[in-house]
Amino acid sequence: MKCQQCDKPASIHITDLVDGISEVHLCEECAKDFLNPVQEEAPEVMPAMGGLLQQLAVSETAEELARLDERVCPVCGISFLEFRKQGRLGCPHDYTHFATELEPLLVNIHGESTHVGKAPKHSGADAEQQTQLIRLRREMKDAVAAEEYERASELRDQIKTIEGAKD
Amino acid sequence: MLDFDKLAHHSGEWLRGVGPESDIVVSSRIRLARNVAEFPFIARATENDRSEVERILGEQIQALQSGGRLSDGLFYVDVSELQELDRQFLVERQLISREHAETDGARAVVIDGAEQFSVMINEEDHLRIQVMRSGLDLQSAWESINALDDLIEENVTYAYSDKLGYLTACPTNVGTGARVSVMLHLPALVITRQIDKVFRSLQKINLAVRGLYGEGSQAMGDFYQISNQVTLGLSEQELTKKVSDVVPVLLDYERQARDFLIRESQETLHDRVARAFGILRTAQTITSEETLHLLSSVRMGVNLGLIRDVEIPTVNKLFVHTQPAHLQKLAGMELDSSDRAIERATYLRRHLGDDGIAGQN
Repeated sequence: MKCQQCDKPASIHITDLVDGISEVHLCEECAKDFLNPVQEEAPEVMPAMGGLLQQLAVSETAEELARLDERVCPVCGISFLEFRKQGRLGCPHDYTHFATELEPLLVNIHGESTHVGKAPKHSGADAEQQTQLIRLRREMKDAVAAEEYERASELRDQIKTIEGAKD
Repeated sequence: MLDFDKLAHHSGEWLRGVGPESDIVVSSRIRLARNVAEFPFIARATENDRSEVERILGEQIQALQSGGRLSDGLFYVDVSELQELDRQFLVERQLISREHAETDGARAVVIDGAEQFSVMINEEDHLRIQVMRSGLDLQSAWESINALDDLIEENVTYAYSDKLGYLTACPTNVGTGARVSVMLHLPALVITRQIDKVFRSLQKINLAVRGLYGEGSQAMGDFYQISNQVTLGLSEQELTKKVSDVVPVLLDYERQARDFLIRESQETLHDRVARAFGILRTAQTITSEETLHLLSSVRMGVNLGLIRDVEIPTVNKLFVHTQPAHLQKLAGMELDSSDRAIERATYLRRHLGDDGIAGQN
């Protein structure tokens, strides 16, 4: 779970009983501000890592950032803005499509950007191809909705081929 | 079929109160997040996608069971068909998450009869496998969940990349997809006001602290869940070791704090424990919050030998059985908040109190 005020992982989970019951999920620094809004301590000399948006803002102008937000994953159709708003990705391919944008975020969260540890025994190699099924199914649905039945049937054949290869 | 009313009378694995260091370490738990490669993550999944994911994973688990490769004491529960009370009941037992209970759409949970593991389908990720053990026993939890993960994966292609590992809906889980945690009871650190200091040092080494009911809940009854914050760049064994290594330090702090309380003011501590016990065994109406607060003192009192005739598994059980959904299941009827407070007090008197005194009222 991400901090609600920046993009770091939320490590403090506060139940706010003041204005009715509400839950707040914050990282350590934001939690400090949340709990001590008035008595401000001497500002800590911490690198301002305040979140993905700020990180991107360093290198991108507002215009470029807006353009980035409009980028859409060709497989699942999620925009980068939607991801930033809800903190959830739309499909496995997002990690490839938004790789450049996600890299600093991953380093910020995990301190690393490469997996170490268990790998699936059977999956792995064909996972990429399986992901394409997401795109094909979505395109088929759209084709049917647009009454492009020839296109839909082509897509259905492609889907069948991949699904058949799996077994 | 899972019989909720029957289940309510038993305690789950994590409440047995046995296992190493179980006076302070209530339970050990590991969960893995997995997704089926050929479907979008939940945020972009259509209702049809969700149903297909549920069907594929459900069939795979049932095939493993009928093939004798998973224990046959498994229950498949369609969470979307459950009444709110039953969903809340599963949350209180920690078999499903609050998010899983409250979301909409096709979703299910597979529950091991001994409650040593559960598999949530269509939670934040398509698959959330979790294994629970009583006391400090992360190694066996890892071995068990690793084997379970291998079995499920035999006929399911997981979303995985060589660079980033298991791909998850939220980037905070990518990599191993593993959350390794221990549930600790730390009342003396709370009383001596050292708990914040402990949290700060845990955060410095990238460990997260949560309250009793996992993500986004306040610490109830002085129970704290300590878990790894990062999932990428460290192997599952390293994550397990990271959490395991910090536990002896926390145990030592808590025990030192208990020693300090006994040394400095045994009467004050004993008084606190005795009053808590006194209220719980005589109250006529009591809230869940007060119950948790007082049970925490009683639990510590039992561990320190200040209260006799009460066993830790009983106290552990009371923590869960006095929660709203459990109370209603045990009573066999729906109760509003004020009726629950009366039912809760009755239940506590029956388990902790002197029946003769209660009977005269």
